[in-house]
Amino acid sequence: MSILFILVPVTLVLVVLAGWAFFWAVGAGQFDDLKSPAWDVLREEQPQPPPEEPARPEQ
Amino acid sequence: MSARTVDPLLLPHRSAETAPESANQGCFHCGEPLLGSRLVAQIDGRSEPVCCQGCLAVAELIAGAGLSDYYRFRERVAERPTLTEQQDAWSAYSLPDVAAQFVRSSGECDSATFAIDGLRCSACSWLVDQSLARLDGVREASTNASTGRAHVSWDRDRLDLGAVLRAIARLGYRPHPLGDDNLVQAQQRERRNALKRLLVSGFGMMQVMMFAIAIYAAQIAGERMQPELLALFRGVSLLVATPVMFYAGAPIFRSAWASVRAGGVGMDVPVSAALLLAYSASVWNTFSDSGGEIYFDSVTMFIFFLTLARFVQMSLRHRTTEVSDALARQLPACAHRVVDGEIVDAPTSDLRPSDVILVRPGEVIPADGELLQGDASVNEALLTGESLPVRRRAGEQLTAGSVNIDAPIYMRVSATAAASGLRRIAAMLQRAQAHKPALARAADAAAARFLRYVLLGAGLTAAIWLAVDPTRAFEATLAVLVVACPCAFAIAMPAALSASAAHLARKGVLIVQPDALESLAGVDRVVFDKTGTLTRGEVSVQRCIPLAELDEAQCMRIAAALERASEHPLARAFASLSSGEIADDVHTFAGAGVEGVVAGRRYRIGSPRFVAELRGAASAEAELAATVVALGDEQRELARFELRDTLRESAPGVASALRERGVVSEILSGDSSEAVAAIASRCGVTRQFARRDPTEKLSHVQALQAEGRRVAMIGDGVNDAPVLAAADVSIAMARGAGLAHASADMVLVGENLAVLPEAIDVARRTLRVARQNMIWAAVYNFGSLPLAALGFIPPWVAALGMSLSSIAVVLNATRLLPRRTVNGGVAP
Repeated sequence: MSILFILVPVTLVLVVLAGWAFFWAVGAGQFDDLKSPAWDVLREEQPQPPPEEPARPEQ
Repeated sequence: MSARTVDPLLLPHRSAETAPESANQGCFHCGEPLLGSRLVAQIDGRSEPVCCQGCLAVAELIAGAGLSDYYRFRERVAERPTLTEQQDAWSAYSLPDVAAQFVRSSGECDSATFAIDGLRCSACSWLVDQSLARLDGVREASTNASTGRAHVSWDRDRLDLGAVLRAIARLGYRPHPLGDDNLVQAQQRERRNALKRLLVSGFGMMQVMMFAIAIYAAQIAGERMQPELLALFRGVSLLVATPVMFYAGAPIFRSAWASVRAGGVGMDVPVSAALLLAYSASVWNTFSDSGGEIYFDSVTMFIFFLTLARFVQMSLRHRTTEVSDALARQLPACAHRVVDGEIVDAPTSDLRPSDVILVRPGEVIPADGELLQGDASVNEALLTGESLPVRRRAGEQLTAGSVNIDAPIYMRVSATAAASGLRRIAAMLQRAQAHKPALARAADAAAARFLRYVLLGAGLTAAIWLAVDPTRAFEATLAVLVVACPCAFAIAMPAALSASAAHLARKGVLIVQPDALESLAGVDRVVFDKTGTLTRGEVSVQRCIPLAELDEAQCMRIAAALERASEHPLARAFASLSSGEIADDVHTFAGAGVEGVVAGRRYRIGSPRFVAELRGAASAEAELAATVVALGDEQRELARFELRDTLRESAPGVASALRERGVVSEILSGDSSEAVAAIASRCGVTRQFARRDPTEKLSHVQALQAEGRRVAMIGDGVNDAPVLAAADVSIAMARGAGLAHASADMVLVGENLAVLPEAIDVARRTLRVARQNMIWAAVYNFGSLPLAALGFIPPWVAALGMSLSSIAVVLNATRLLPRRTVNGGVAP
């Protein structure tokens, strides 16, 4: 059971890290709008639709 | 509760096969009935029917910019864009004086925040972002769909505020620049802080619980834990619980301290007492060798639940728009002042009494004043609720906030914007809000009484145990405080309320004030405003009286052909009759009517005097009400049309559905008595009151309340705002004025009145579930209190019991959520 004396402090460190990451995320506005950013994938310039080409005949 | 978000990729794409069918579905852009319109928009090579020129322009603009993905992914149809608003109104915002009120400058960059009306889903915000990003000079544009706000920054040399506003308006939305975004920032700060607290308490609870379970497991199994390990677990629990206690729990202690200083006992007082006691005892026991219990698990769990409840409440509160913000949107930011015969644009706030200003057609009158010359047709719907334009003659008063309909008018300002009628209504609203009967206040008082007994009981327990067996005094007292802590009590109402709020949101009813449902369940009188509530607030042809040989249908056809080209609000009444015939050589005469050639003959439609002039006869009769329109050719008058507001489809059934639930309906309107009587008879409402101004409406509702009635008020205009605030429950229509929203408890998003009886059902069911929850919580609290006082319950069992009772309450509340059917739909 002595492994717990190492693992428990490790979990503490991880919790602190996770908390820090979350605080950063909140502060950076990541949680301000949970709906619109899903649309960011469409934000790039739309590729122009390829010009209508006649289907290539089977070779 | 946010509307259900749908994965856009799962939505069926509009395929070419379905396009022909859409002809009988409604407008491709706004979804409203096509009403015979033959207009067609070209979207990605397909022809889609649209209902009006406005929709056509917006749809083609969107498609032309390659943004037609908006139509595939949107969750709701768009609002119908209004073209009556003069497009060039935005150029005034380019003036440095006007822009300075809204724009913040840094370096070469200008930025501003906008509130955007008509933003309905994430697809809308994507569309706005995209269009702005394509504007030359825009550096950054971000639109938040949930708050309806956009933040845009641009290069000062290449773009100005007016151009940005115009770009948003072109898409069919109504942008309002916000001068002061302190409120937005304050709310954002509050939300971020609350989120951090929620996380700290949640993480902390999980960590501490992990160690607590290990300790309890050893106790239950009767094993002795390795003393070093026990010490480690306790030490780590202390480390984790401390930030939870003093960071996440800080607001609880602050509010408890505030209520103690105010001389009261709030819900937070015994909570704080229990938390402080449990925490300090645990700290003591961690460091002393006495082997006493630690209660960090109870402490963190407790704080987590309380923080969660606070977070939910805060989110609901943030939905309400701030009154002054909504009010600021009603008046234009810029006015055209006439100085020495020249027209100079100036900020509205600079207007002084006796200034002469020009108001162009379609613009909002910026200040109260006197009409200087000619006649004016103005729409005072914002103030009186009357949807039809009224005539004003030279020398008569014009009120700020009304819209100038057809001709440019000159007026002399009599009061500054700050002192205008609109502001007076806002002041009245604030007074009415102060008198709002709050059921929550009564509940708080009851809880406070209960809490006094709890504190008293805890004190007694401590005193008696100290006399009998001092070693067990602390444990028993703590158990009493934890057990009696009305946690289940505290979340009984919020849990039930938020579950049914989620339910109602899917039906199109948005709960703005958390305690609205509670009040709605007890309602026995529903008061409807007429215009914009029972009716659509749009005119249609009520009656056509043929005066010559042409029959009704022929007259209607000619009228529709002539009015097609007009963007006058009254002209829309004829849009539904359009046969696709188009008049040639059409001229619009501001303030009078339209002249044009249909099938080779010249006709005029408009005011009787204007029509009479075509045949060279001066009409002797006085100007009739603005709701009468004449049609004539070069020889004679052909017909008269009477225009009326149209009834909503859902209106007639509401009164009887409400009656089945024991609720009496009333109509309370500012409109004329005939108009009200007509609507009342069609809706089956017997109690009707016409010609009531906002003050009379307010006193009417207050009189009903004095009789002991619980009144729900449904309205849409700014004029309704004070009444809405005074009613026990107020419901605003989604398209109504922003100020009405601000004072409403609920908003009917779908504008479907039929959901109202349903909402009452849900509210009553909610109250039933909440009552069950309260009884359960009371049984638990009162039942366990004596046991805890007698020392039968150790604090950890008390904490567990408290959590279980809370979970039971939450599970009971989930019964209020709409049931899902197998295919993912929602059962009725």
